[in-house]
Amino acid sequence: MTIIAVASIVTAGLTIAMGSIGPALGEGRAVATALSSLAQQPDAASTITRTLFVGLAMIESIAIYCFVVSMILIFANPFWNHVIAQVAGK
Amino acid sequence: MHLSPDEMIFWQYGLLKLNGTIVFTWALMLVLTLGSKLITRNLSTGLERSRWQNLLEIVVSAIERQIKDVGLRHPRKYLPFLGTLFLFIAMANLGTIIPGYEPPTGSLSTTAALALCVFVAVPLFGIADLGLRRYLKSYTEPTLLMLPFNIISELSRTLALAVRLFGNMMSGVMIIGILLTITPFIFPIVMTVLGLLTGMVQAYIFSILAAVYIAAATHTRGSDTRGSETDLRPAPTP
Repeated sequence: MTIIAVASIVTAGLTIAMGSIGPALGEGRAVATALSSLAQQPDAASTITRTLFVGLAMIESIAIYCFVVSMILIFANPFWNHVIAQVAGK
Repeated sequence: MHLSPDEMIFWQYGLLKLNGTIVFTWALMLVLTLGSKLITRNLSTGLERSRWQNLLEIVVSAIERQIKDVGLRHPRKYLPFLGTLFLFIAMANLGTIIPGYEPPTGSLSTTAALALCVFVAVPLFGIADLGLRRYLKSYTEPTLLMLPFNIISELSRTLALAVRLFGNMMSGVMIIGILLTITPFIFPIVMTVLGLLTGMVQAYIFSILAAVYIAAATHTRGSDTRGSETDLRPAPTP
């Protein structure tokens, strides 16, 4: 029982830690590129901003998936419920 | 601390439960329908307008312009669906400034329902615009080999729409909940402001993505240059 708790908490931490590296780098690149293209073409600001927001949402959703998985591991862990049901059944 | 407004139960009779998600969704529906009914009751075409009519005109014409920018040529046809999506999600997320309110979009049931609406509406709009044969043919667009991938992308983007909105709103509530136990004085207010911004951005993104999907379904790829693909291309350098 304890080992499941330890494994879930450590995995939740690892999930959000590793899962946020990629989106962070990606969002940084996207914003930097959008800023430089805004500086080159201020007229196209509305198009660039819209595309940037949609793209950022796409990139960010990866981090959000990791967050949801770690929240499931901590607050709604299926293995945890299984173990509790087994212990209660004994 | 609870994960979603599903766990706030107001009233229960046997299996029938009235949880926070349903109650707040009904309240929002009431506010939205009654509000627009009251405002549009006496519209005027002259220069003398009520301030509420001005507000609604700004909102509707801004949504219409955004839909047009995505590449849909007749925005009036898509305005009811996309505008309703945007207004509902925006109101649901902005309601967090009211104490005791929890956004119904912080529950996976609401966001899954909204994403399913988009999932059903995209083929309907596509068939209405192209006809059944040409719409089905657009699934095999580059080659026949791409058929399974097109179907998978249709399903996975629905899942992504639902989980993205849910994750963002749930994380906002969660962060405020955690911060209240650590630094309960000023900092949660700052995060609430950030949550309002995220909520508006998410509402915008949800409806813009729905518009992009509809635009992709109503234009055959390749034959039309004003599809959604042109929007995601980087701007040409001078």
